[in-house]
Amino acid sequence: MRGRKAINALVLTLSTVSAVIGLIFLFWILWTLASKGFDAISSKIFIYDTAPPGREESGLRNAIVGQLILVGVASGIGIPLGILAGTYLSEYGKNSKFANFIRDISDIMMSAPSIVIGAFVYAVLVAPVGHFNGWAGSAALAIMMIPIVLRTTDDMLNLVPTQLREAAYALGAPKYKVILQIVYRGAKAGIITGVLLSIARIAGETAPLLFTSFNNNFFTTDLNEAMPSLTVTMFNFATSPYEDWIDLGWAAAFILGSFVLGVNIIGRAIVKKKKG
Amino acid sequence: MHKVVDKGFEALAKLSAFFVLIVLAAIFWVLFKEAEPAIETFGLEFLTNQKWAPNLEIFGGAPAIFGSIVSTFLAMIIATPIAIGIAIFLTEIAFEKLKTPIGTAIEMLAAIPSIIYGMWGLFYFAPLMREWFGGNGLGLLTAAIVLSIMILPFMAAITRDSMNTTPHILKESAYALGATKWDVIKDVVIPYAKAGIIGSIILALGRAIGETMAVTFVMGNVHRIPKELTDPATSIPVTLANEFTEADSDLYYSSLFYLALILFVISFIVIAIAKFYFLKKSRSAK
Repeated sequence: MRGRKAINALVLTLSTVSAVIGLIFLFWILWTLASKGFDAISSKIFIYDTAPPGREESGLRNAIVGQLILVGVASGIGIPLGILAGTYLSEYGKNSKFANFIRDISDIMMSAPSIVIGAFVYAVLVAPVGHFNGWAGSAALAIMMIPIVLRTTDDMLNLVPTQLREAAYALGAPKYKVILQIVYRGAKAGIITGVLLSIARIAGETAPLLFTSFNNNFFTTDLNEAMPSLTVTMFNFATSPYEDWIDLGWAAAFILGSFVLGVNIIGRAIVKKKKG
Repeated sequence: MHKVVDKGFEALAKLSAFFVLIVLAAIFWVLFKEAEPAIETFGLEFLTNQKWAPNLEIFGGAPAIFGSIVSTFLAMIIATPIAIGIAIFLTEIAFEKLKTPIGTAIEMLAAIPSIIYGMWGLFYFAPLMREWFGGNGLGLLTAAIVLSIMILPFMAAITRDSMNTTPHILKESAYALGATKWDVIKDVVIPYAKAGIIGSIILALGRAIGETMAVTFVMGNVHRIPKELTDPATSIPVTLANEFTEADSDLYYSSLFYLALILFVISFIVIAIAKFYFLKKSRSAK
């Protein structure tokens, strides 16, 4: 009896200790990000473009705009495709072999190494053109996005009660109208959350951009050119020997981290509100 | 009119679903095609050849493959017990009021871009390793530890989800028989959620082996099989990230694609095992 209690106490202590150790490390990283980033952030960041080291007028404007364009275009491609594919699985394919096969494939794609997707897109969209370009970066991000959106759409549409669909059919509505006007409306909060989480996920990706959109020290909105991004700028600046570049790297990390966490919090709030 | 739109919508949706399959097939095909010159030149010897000398046009993938496998393995050894500890803490130990905030915090940390873990590793953790073990602080062990910290929140979150699938009634019955918390965890929760827990851990392994940004900064990027754990090394993603844009010959470029193909196949197999062997049950139960 006593032995059992002692083992119980020991295991519970070990679990608690491991939870504390894990949390300490994780909060250490968050703290580093917050304090380093906060020091490095100033209005200059948003006014000037990345400049050679030692220059006073140096910021991240080009990288921020580039990142927004890359993620925006990727969302424009990835979200509709992901939602349509998810709709097919939930509303047409259901439990058919084909639908389940696509679900499996999509799950595998969701965890595929992002750098390999970058290499793939390089071979398809960069090498034939002969130069790095923003389209390739967006395409790589979109490829990562589709499985995430597909999965949540599939799951969320599945939660919509069948009776709602049947009621609409009984009124004579064709299937596409039932989906567009009834099913989507019922699953709206869940789909929006899934979409937001997928945006947060791809916004933090560096590896697929390294050899697709590459980097650019100049301001550009032309997707046919190499396009700067916060993540690739972080990669280049953090490994540089220059103090001011490293600080800019932390500023980029802070902006990116805040964006990703912010979008996550909004996404969760939407689902919670719906539930509550 | 409605009929046409109806059919059109269905076709569009079906095409989008097909697109996922097309992309996956295209990735395999393109990686293979681009790797073909290297596959023809080096064959399977590529997997065991330790020499990576771009100036001599000799490419062997062994150091990168070794680095990938060992760093992931070490990271899993470090992260798995801690993640399970956190999952047990969150499902069985923490007060109701603590469960949600800590659980949410862990999920948030899983969302932090991995490059931020990498930067922290480079500027804060590598100097510590330098103090403790000498050298420049960059190497296999540093990479494995940073990787374990990066994978920890993801692993803890999905392990907790698996443990949470245990029905309350089972646990309560055990408690009613006088079981301690550990008895319940060991004899009820773990047997019930075993497949899910193993699947979650393998899924985390799949993530870890393809991870680039958390380890690129701290691995050292040296194409040698390290003699000590603290020696600099490389891995497949690290090699790709550092050398892809520098590849100046066709064979160099092709060898990098050979590495990418190997990584893709490894992660494909790992994820497939996790998903179809262990996580199947927990999915159909949903």
